Amino acid sequence: MRNEFSHPLSFASNRSFKLFTIQNCKWICWETWSLEPEILKLFSFKISGSRLQVSQQIHSRNMNILKFITAGSVDDGKSTLIGRLLFDSKAVSHDVLHTLERQSRNKPDGELDLSLLTDGLRAEREQGITIDVAYKYFNTPRRKFIIADAPGHVQYTRNMVTGASNADLAIILIDARQGVVEQTHRHSMVASLMGIPHIVAAVNKMDLVDFDEQVFYRIAADYQKLSQQLGIPEVTFIPMSALAGDNVVTISEKMPWYTGKALLDHLETVELAEVQEDEATRFQVQYVIRPRTEELHDYRGYAGAMRSGSFRKGDKVRVLPAGIETTIKAIEVHQQEVDEAFAPQPVVLHLEDDIDISRGDSIIRVEGLQPAVTQDLDLDICWMSERPLYPGDRLLLRHNAATVKAIVKEIYHRVDVHTFEKEPAEQLKLNDIAFIRLRTAKPLVFDSYQLNRTTGSLILINDNTFDTVAAGMLHEVPVSETLQQDFAI
Amino acid sequence: MSKKFDYLDHLEAQAIHILREVAGQFERPALLFSGGKDSITLVKLAEKAFRPGKFPFPLVHVDTGHNFPEVIEYRDRMAKQLGERLIVRKVEDTILRQGLKDGSGKFPSRNALQTNTLLETIEEFEFDACIGGARRDEEKARAKERIFSIRDEFGAWDPKRQRPELWDIYNGSIRKGENMRIFPISNWTELDVWNYIRREKIELPNIYFSHSRDCVITPGGQLLAITEHLNLDPEDVRTNREVRFRTVGDATCTAAVESPAITVDDIIQEIIDTKISERGATRLDDRLSEAAMEDRKKNGYF
Repeated sequence: MRNEFSHPLSFASNRSFKLFTIQNCKWICWETWSLEPEILKLFSFKISGSRLQVSQQIHSRNMNILKFITAGSVDDGKSTLIGRLLFDSKAVSHDVLHTLERQSRNKPDGELDLSLLTDGLRAEREQGITIDVAYKYFNTPRRKFIIADAPGHVQYTRNMVTGASNADLAIILIDARQGVVEQTHRHSMVASLMGIPHIVAAVNKMDLVDFDEQVFYRIAADYQKLSQQLGIPEVTFIPMSALAGDNVVTISEKMPWYTGKALLDHLETVELAEVQEDEATRFQVQYVIRPRTEELHDYRGYAGAMRSGSFRKGDKVRVLPAGIETTIKAIEVHQQEVDEAFAPQPVVLHLEDDIDISRGDSIIRVEGLQPAVTQDLDLDICWMSERPLYPGDRLLLRHNAATVKAIVKEIYHRVDVHTFEKEPAEQLKLNDIAFIRLRTAKPLVFDSYQLNRTTGSLILINDNTFDTVAAGMLHEVPVSETLQQDFAI
Repeated sequence: MSKKFDYLDHLEAQAIHILREVAGQFERPALLFSGGKDSITLVKLAEKAFRPGKFPFPLVHVDTGHNFPEVIEYRDRMAKQLGERLIVRKVEDTILRQGLKDGSGKFPSRNALQTNTLLETIEEFEFDACIGGARRDEEKARAKERIFSIRDEFGAWDPKRQRPELWDIYNGSIRKGENMRIFPISNWTELDVWNYIRREKIELPNIYFSHSRDCVITPGGQLLAITEHLNLDPEDVRTNREVRFRTVGDATCTAAVESPAITVDDIIQEIIDTKISERGATRLDDRLSEAAMEDRKKNGYF
């Protein structure tokens, strides 16, 4: 391993490269990883006699970020998979590699224990577990990646919910020898609950089942049933061996029957949602900018992020929950006036009329889909506290910049994460997933989580310790209740 | 207008969102400003978040007294240019006041003592939130750090007490005595910071760029600038090299790297080509033990 790194040709180890001859000169050319996300490097080596001539071309590209989570239990090879991605994409630096070599000394034949790359704290190493969600970064010429690594143990549901809340994609690891097991049910249930748009079912440890095609297809069929039950729209199946690197970064020669992409190729090319023209426009005020200086005496800007959709100067808008209508006078992005702003840009809005607006208020375009505005909320929650939740409990609710008091009106049911059965519950325990009703002190302006992950999500906070105790995913308001709301003046 | 948001736009948007949450959720926040590239990046982001208004927080520098003069000059000039309040508290004063033992030995570092001064400053000004430029890619214990990281009244970080961080909803509610450390550029890597500096044309202290400097070679083979704070022996190997610094910190424990890079572009190319991580290349204190950072954080270090 060490030699490979010090040799310039090590770059070629994982990338397709071409060998060709021009004017009696042999050339090797390949595309390689670069730590620089904007840059795609094309290396070409000219072989003339014993001399090697190197030239480098650098290409810039417009890059984006893919955030993903890996779900698997302790023995599914999750840490090894992440280690493999980091290692093969050269995100592991020399000194970290040295530390790794030192720590891997007990391993046979100088083989590196890639799982050590993701185990952070001493407490974890001593106990051989991972306590929490750890974030890892790597990039390829095509994309920047953020991995939320949630460990597989008792706290798992809570940690996976946390990691999944920001994920565009989930890799669900399935041990080829075990197939779809109880854990797979739980991981898929959470991925579906959290509305992760892309799911990869990675059938790992194919080396231990002799790379058998039949095993893979059997597991894929089983998983398909599961995903249909959960209403997961799209699943990509990949057979792999994270330990040996088969179908992780490069296509494996040992599974010629597999015609799909290697995992990394899929991660690099999976399409990320972009802002849709007709998407509902949502904005929430985070902070009011009032310089109160002589020159800017009347300046009053509403700072916040576009939560979804886009605003144009001159749009008719409604301030909620007050229900007052006005017009957008100006939009500023980084102190420059612009005609249009779109999610997730941070902006400063100026309104035509002088209205009393404060942090947490929403500004919505009058045209287009309207949000719900109500004090009675139905939502799925994942309970994250050691202390159980009972009907009647009082909590604080934070919906981005809005904070309101809330009371638990009813626990409709709890969901068994393994069987997906709904069951009655008098209280909720740590890691429980349930459907409940809350009543808030003031109306909340929101969309259903299914429609909008940004405006449909909230957290619950213990009003004494201020710990975050639940993740909440809002449901649509029943039509009968919408009719009773008359918020507009 | 292009609706393509590239990765730097995403990172920037997230950081601005976080800074505005700090402004909205806390009574008395502060931004820790060392004159290093990460805190300079934070200042740039704060300008984007709050201009034309003033920052809703002062800039605070915990001065080890072991700084390079160029950095101090930059710090003072920048605060003046910004028109923002700068609070400087010196580790030296804390040592005298609390009767602490100063760093000793050949390379007497005040890196650990900074924590005492920071806690004193938090108490003096009753800061409820301190914004810092730490990044998760720096080190393994940092990879588990929250963006809103709660500390008890001793400044201690307890990995088990950290709150789950969901979506982009940040819970900044604290009890009396507790305070929050906030890291808006958690998701940035060293290279992201440099790319941002290039894109935004941010000025940096010149020690980040190649210059000739008298150095001593440490037993670990690293280059340390010769300053009056070191207690060198005659047999120590002195040398003059073309160097630059990758991080700005206590001059007694922040090593220089040999480099001909004189522009931001040079540095970016150099980072791409080098394979030694930022902390490993330059921090003597982290080498002491693998759990060094974990221990310091538990004691209230940033």
